[in-house]
Parts: sequence; C-alpha cells; structure tokens
Amino acid sequence: MIRTFHMLSLLASILVTYTLLLTVVSDVARAAPVPAPAASVSIGNFTFKAQVLTVRLGTTVTWTNADDIPHTVTSTTGAFKSKVLDSGDKFSFTFAKPGQFGYFCSLHPHMTGTVIVKA
Amino acid sequence: MLDNMDGDRRGFLKCMAWAGTGALFAFNGGIGSSIGLDAAIAAPRKTATTPFTFVQVSDSHIGFNKPPNADARATFREAIAKVKALPTRPDFIIHTGDVSQLSRPEEFDDAEQMLKEAGLPVFFVPGEHDMLDPDGGKAFLARFGKGSQGAGWYSFDHRGVHFVALVNVADLKPGGMGNLGAAQLKWLKDDLAGCPSSQPIVVFAHIPLWTVYADWGWGTDDAAEALKLLARFGSVTVLNGHIHQITQKVEGRIAFHTARSTAFPQPVAGTAASPGPLKVPPEQLHSMLGITDALFVRGHDRIALIDSTLAA
Repeated sequence: MIRTFHMLSLLASILVTYTLLLTVVSDVARAAPVPAPAASVSIGNFTFKAQVLTVRLGTTVTWTNADDIPHTVTSTTGAFKSKVLDSGDKFSFTFAKPGQFGYFCSLHPHMTGTVIVKA
Repeated sequence: MLDNMDGDRRGFLKCMAWAGTGALFAFNGGIGSSIGLDAAIAAPRKTATTPFTFVQVSDSHIGFNKPPNADARATFREAIAKVKALPTRPDFIIHTGDVSQLSRPEEFDDAEQMLKEAGLPVFFVPGEHDMLDPDGGKAFLARFGKGSQGAGWYSFDHRGVHFVALVNVADLKPGGMGNLGAAQLKWLKDDLAGCPSSQPIVVFAHIPLWTVYADWGWGTDDAAEALKLLARFGSVTVLNGHIHQITQKVEGRIAFHTARSTAFPQPVAGTAASPGPLKVPPEQLHSMLGITDALFVRGHDRIALIDSTLAA
C-alpha cells in the first residue's frame, strides 16, 4: 500500500516536472525567435496612413500624430478610443480578436481608417 | 411709422460709412423692401429703438503654440483690445468656438480671464477643440454653457433680434462632417415656433452650416434640416468659425458668414493637402487674424458685418 503510494507520488512528480519543463521550453520557443507583432499608423495631413491596415491576431498597432492639430483614434463600435493626441503623441491597441475594425477621428470625422485582423 | 423706418434706413447707410480698417460686408438677402415691413410694424414692441452692435470672435485656440503663432494667448489679448477700442461699444460678444486648443482647465481659465477684460457679456458655442475633456465637453459646458440644453444649445432675444446658439461638434459620425442631431433640431423647431417671421434671426455655431468644402469636413451634415426651419424668416444671418478665414454666401434670405481666427489662418479650401495651420511668415500673421463687428439697425433686414484684422 505504502509502496504503491510512493510509486504514484513519484510518477506524479515526474509528470509535474515534465509539464513544467515543457511549459518553459515552449515559452522560450515562442518568445525568442518571433517578437510580439507590431504595426504602426502615422496620422498626417488629416489622414490615417495606412487607411487600411491588415495585421495578424495579437498585433499591437501604434498610431502617432504627426499633424500640428490634435486628433483622436476612435473605434466606430467602441472597441477602442484614444485620448486626444496632440502633435507627437502616440496611442497603442492590441487586437486580440479577428475581424474588421473601423475607426475615425472624433474631432475630424471625415478622417477614417480600418484595421483588418486575420487569425 | 414707415417714414420712421425710412429715416432709420438713411441712418443705417450713414452708419455703414464707418467701415473702419477692415473689409465691409453688407449682406443683402435679396429681399424686396416691402417684405417684412408690415409684419415688422405688427411685431411686438420689443424691437430695437437704437441701432446696436455685437462682436464675433472665433477660434482663439488658447494653448496653441506652434508655427505660425507661438502664442495664441497674445493674439487673443490683442483681439480683446481691439474690441475694447471699437468706436461703438458693442452690447456683447459671441465666441463661435474652439476657445481652447485641448480643453485644458488652464486654457479655459485664461480665455475667461482675457474675455473679462472686455467688460461685456459673452455668449459661447463649443468647437471640437472644446470637447476634449474626458467627459466629452462637460468641462466647457460647466464654465461657458450654464443654462444651455443638450450639448450646449440655447437662444435669447436682444433688442428684438432672436439669437440662436447651435452646437454641431458633438457626437460626430464616422465619415461625416458637423452634426446637429435630432434632439437639437427638434428643440430648434420648438424654439423658432414662437418667433414671428418678421423677427430678425442670428444663428451662430462653430462649423459652417453650409458646405464650404466637404473633403475637409467643412460643413454640417444635417444643416439643411435647420435651414428649412429658418426659411420662413425675412432676415437670417448665420455666423460660423472653424475654417479660420472669411467666406460668405447668400442663399434666399439667409446670409452666411465665417470669421477669422484670432490664433492662426488655414488654407483656402482645396489649396493644400489638408486643413491645419497655414505657416505664414510672422509679418503676415496679424493681417490674417481678426474679429467681426456686426451692426444691426432697426427696421432693416440685413446686418452689416465688418471684419477687421489684428494688423489694422
């Protein structure tokens, strides 16, 4: 009885060790060669550049206002909304769901853009 | 009575002679002289007994500090000094929005303090730059919009003229331009219902209520709804800002006018890649900033608007 218990606990500990090891190895494999995906959109001349941006799932998109006039990056569905971006200010959002995300500048609503997120 | 009004007309023309240093715009709404006279006589006796003036300032952008104007506070102070130096003391000032650059409390503070220097009542409407606090315009309304409704609209009567302040910078729609919205249009309908068609109307709002240039968003999507409600009036003057330059247009009995900014000029529609500060040389700046002085004379269906620059 005691012996069986010992055997089981030994097996369990080996399993735990393996699992931990696997986790560590897979984390290293994920993190090291491929950096977190990132993309950028410049705001200039009252335009989002690029107007349509296609990224893969998990990408962090950073908008930078290069105009002399403040702008915002405001999702049409409420998925994200920047504070007001003065000249040189940045706003980042990580797209964790696939789909098409329309956005605009809430000060100058004729300025529109779209991020397409592919799984 | 008619003689009196004719007398006023002569007086009006005399008044028009003091064009000052700026450009003079006398709007003729294309209205025959008989139109509105009977109605004007029949109108309640709240009409003006003396001519009066008011001043429009716009787009002060307090906090703006980039080319071509490193200090929008200084040029606003100059504009206020110009108001104070007018030969006829205006009854009040209207500010057609973009009081601040970024809706910061200190920007609103400074604007308020500087306007106090004029010693006149001031009526405001917000521009899109005044809607940038975390609560989307509440900071502006708490300070400059007391007693207003919705996003900041209201009306008042002054010496027989009905003034309507509209807000077209709230809840803007993707891909659109300025927007008044259904709630405000309903309010406007009810507000105007109480006014006789003979009563002169002055409407002021930040973004032009006619489409100056759609590609740059220089217009208001549902302005036609508002203009329909104004169509029955004999004299309507629409005063806007936003585009930082003088443009004017007369459509039926409605005269449209946009004022200069006191902070920086913008390009003429379509002459640059985008709107935004026009980087003029320092010696040119003051000739592109200014104020608008509006002269109203009883019995006349038009308002004389005198634009003058800070250079003069």
